[in-house]
Amino acid sequence: MSTGLEETSDAETVDVTEAELEALIGDRALARDEHENAPGFVVNPDEVQSVLGDLKDEAGYDHLSCVTAQQYEDRYESIYHLKKYDDASDEVSIVVPTTRDDPVSESAEPVFRTADWHEREAYDLVGIEYADHPDLRRILLPETWQGHPLSDDYDQDKPQLVTLAEHENPLADDHHDAESDTMFLNVGPHHPATHGVLHVKTVLDGETIVDVDPDIGYLHRCEEQMCQQGTYRHQIMPYPDRWDYVSSGLLNEWAYARAIEDLADIEVPEYAQVIRTMGAELCRIASHMLALGTFALDVYGEFTAIFQYTFRDREVVQDILEDLTGQRMMFNYFRVGGVAWDLPEPREEFFEQTRDFLDELPAKVAEYNDMVTSNEIFQTRCIDTGVLEPDVAKDYGCTGPVARGSGVDYDLRRDDPYGYYEHLDWDVVTRDGCDNYARVLCRMEEVEESAKIIEQCLDLLEEWPEDDREVQANVPRTLKPDAGSEIYRAVEAAKGELGIYIRSDGTDKPGRFKIRSPCFSNLQALPEMTEGEYIPDLVASLGSLDIVLGEVDR
Amino acid sequence: MGSDEPETQPRQAIHDSTAPSTDTRDSRIGEGVDDRFNSKLREAFGASPFILTKFDEFMNWVRGNSMFMLQFGIACCSIEMIHTYAIKHDVDRYGAGVPRASPRQADVMIVPGTIVSKFGPRMKRVYDQMPEPKFVVGMGSCTISGGPFQEGYNVVKGAEEIIPIDIHVPGCPPRPEALIYGILKLQERIQNGESSPVVVKPYELEEFGDLPEDELVQKLADEIDEDDLVMRYNWADSP
Ligand code: SF4
Repeated sequence: MSTGLEETSDAETVDVTEAELEALIGDRALARDEHENAPGFVVNPDEVQSVLGDLKDEAGYDHLSCVTAQQYEDRYESIYHLKKYDDASDEVSIVVPTTRDDPVSESAEPVFRTADWHEREAYDLVGIEYADHPDLRRILLPETWQGHPLSDDYDQDKPQLVTLAEHENPLADDHHDAESDTMFLNVGPHHPATHGVLHVKTVLDGETIVDVDPDIGYLHRCEEQMCQQGTYRHQIMPYPDRWDYVSSGLLNEWAYARAIEDLADIEVPEYAQVIRTMGAELCRIASHMLALGTFALDVYGEFTAIFQYTFRDREVVQDILEDLTGQRMMFNYFRVGGVAWDLPEPREEFFEQTRDFLDELPAKVAEYNDMVTSNEIFQTRCIDTGVLEPDVAKDYGCTGPVARGSGVDYDLRRDDPYGYYEHLDWDVVTRDGCDNYARVLCRMEEVEESAKIIEQCLDLLEEWPEDDREVQANVPRTLKPDAGSEIYRAVEAAKGELGIYIRSDGTDKPGRFKIRSPCFSNLQALPEMTEGEYIPDLVASLGSLDIVLGEVDR
Repeated sequence: MGSDEPETQPRQAIHDSTAPSTDTRDSRIGEGVDDRFNSKLREAFGASPFILTKFDEFMNWVRGNSMFMLQFGIACCSIEMIHTYAIKHDVDRYGAGVPRASPRQADVMIVPGTIVSKFGPRMKRVYDQMPEPKFVVGMGSCTISGGPFQEGYNVVKGAEEIIPIDIHVPGCPPRPEALIYGILKLQERIQNGESSPVVVKPYELEEFGDLPEDELVQKLADEIDEDDLVMRYNWADSP
C-alpha cells in the first residue's frame, strides 16, 4: 500500500519462528515467559547487550519500541519490547529480572540508542540501575527528588525540595568559556517555541549549536500512577485523552482500548470499529492541523494567517467530534468493547456536516500548499535542515510522521492492523527528504489520506443495517484479567506508535500500566537533528518533531 | 461583592506554619480598592481625595480594557486557550489582546494546566517577572485542585499553592466560552479596582540556607548551595 520508497536495509529479513529464536538465544535464556503479544525470554542481567545485539543483527529486530520497568515483591524487572520496522507484528520481549537488594542490570544503550532515555525513566520512577549507561540520572523528576515513586516503598507524603538553580541567567559572564568561546543558552521551559513546557539546554558556538540536551519532566503528571489506581472498566479511559491533548483523544483512547480488549479477550462489534476508525481519523486531522499551524508560527512568525486558518479548520473538526462524543477535547468516548453511544441523531445531519467538511478539505489543503509549503521563505527554512537519516531514526525508535518523513515505511494501521483499516482503501505516506520539509509534507498528505478513510467510513455507516448497529460488546461490570497476564499493544497515534503495557495482578486494577509515548522517543532524536546547525533551525526542528509535552512527560 | 461578606485583611507576612493558607480565599471576598493600586499616591495624598479617586477609576478602566495576556502554555487547557485567542472566539474583541511572549510585557497570566513540582518554581519566577499590577486567571480544574491528577505524587494541588489567583474557571478543559466569561469577570473586577491580595503561599521560593534543618535538608546539603533558590513541597499538608 505504500507510495514512498521502500526501506532497503535489512529488507531480506524473514519471519523468525519461535524455535529459531530459542536457538538464537540458546543458553542465555533462563526461562520462557509468555506475553499475550509476543514470546518472552528471561535473560541474565549481564547478558542484555549480547542478547539484544544478536536479536538486532541476526534476527532483524531493529525497533526497541519500549522498556518497561516494574517491581515485584521479590525482584525488579525490565522488559525490552522489540519489534521490526519491516514487520511490526513480529514481536519479542526480553525480560531481565534483578534482585531487590542489588537492582543492577546491563544497559541496552550500546545496542539501541533509544534505550538511553527509556532506562533513565526506569531508573527515575522505579529505581533500577543500569550498568554501562552513559548518563544515568533522573529524567522526569527533579534531580533532588528522594525515592522512586513507582516502587512499592515510596511514601508520597514525604516533603520534597526542588531547586531553581539550573535556570541560570544565560547572559551572565560565567557562561562564556574563555577558551572555546561558547555560550550556554536555556530555551524554555517557558518559551513560545517549545510547544509547552520543554527546557532545551543549548551550547552555542557563535550561531552554531554544539550541544543540545532536552530537559523534560515539567509536565510529569503521574499518568501511569493514575492508571494504576483506576479500574479497567471505566476509570482509566478518561486519562488517555490527556496524554496527547492536541485533540488526539480518540487515538489515545484506542491504545488503551486495544490493549485491554486483547488482554481480556473482548470482541468489538464491527459497527463500533467503523465509528472508532472514523473518529480516530478526525482526531488525526485536528492534530496535524495544529502541527502545521504552530510550525508556521515557529518558522516564520505566522500568527495571523496560517495559524488562524488551521485553527478555523480545527474548530470545524472539533464541532463534528463534539457532536459525536459530547466534548471538544477530552472525549472519553471509547468504552472497553466499543464506543459510548451511536452517532448523534438526526444521523443525516451528522453525515451532511462531516461530508461538508470533507468536501471543503481539498480546497483548504491546496490553500495551505499555496501559502505554506510553496512559500520560498518557508522552504529556505525547512529544506535540508533538521536532517534525520533513516538509520538514525530507527536507532532512536522514531515512529509516526517523523519516521515516515525519513523514508521509514512504518505505520501500525497497516503493519499491525486493528480497527477497520484493513478493509479500507488508503495509503501510507512516506517521504525520503529526511528534513523538516519532508515531515511537514508527510503530515499534509496524511490529512488527505485520513479524509479518504473518513469518507469510506461514512459510506459504510450510512448503509449499515439498522438492526445491526451494536456499539458495545457485552463486557462484565468488573473486569479482572487473569493474574500474571501481560500485554504490550500499540496503535498508530497522530505522533507515532503509542503503546500500552499492562500487567494484570488478578484484581480489577492494573498491576503495572506503562505508556510508550511516541513523542518521548522522537524528541530524543533532537540532538542528532540539530547539532552542527544554526540556532534558528533548532526551532524549526522542534516544530517539525511535533511533540506534545503531555505525552513526552506523561 | 456584597458588603455583608466577611472582611479580612490581606496578609503580607510569611506564615509560621506550612499549613495551607486559606487567607487568599477569604480575603478575596473582601471589598474595595486594595494596595496593589497606586498605593504610593494613596499614601501621599491620604485616603480618597476627589481627583485621585477619579483618576484611579480612569486608570482602572484603562487597565480593564487593555489587558495584555502572557503567552503561557502548560498543558491540555492551553489548547483551548489558543482556541480562545484564535478565530471564532477571538478574545481580542474584549481588548484582551494578542498574547505577549515576555512576562515583562504582560498584565494577565492565564494558568492553563497542571502544575507539577518541577514547574512550580518556574511558574513562580515567571509570575514574579510580571510588572504590577498583575492578575491571574486559573484555567481548568488542575489549577484549582490538581484536577484529575490530584492524587499524583508529583502534582501541585492547585496553582494557588504558589501564586495568588484572581479568577478560577472550572472545567476540564473549560470551553472557550467559559474562559471568555472568566476573562470578562476579571475585566469587571479590574474596572472596579478589585484584586486578590498578594498572600505568601505555602510554597515559596527560598534560599536553601534559610530552610529549617531537617532530615531532607541535611541529605541534600552536599548537592545544593546555601544561596540557591529552592521550593519545598510539604505534600502531607496539601489540601
Ligand atoms: S483541567 Fe483538565 S484539560 Fe485542563 S490541564 Fe487539567 S487535565 Fe488538562
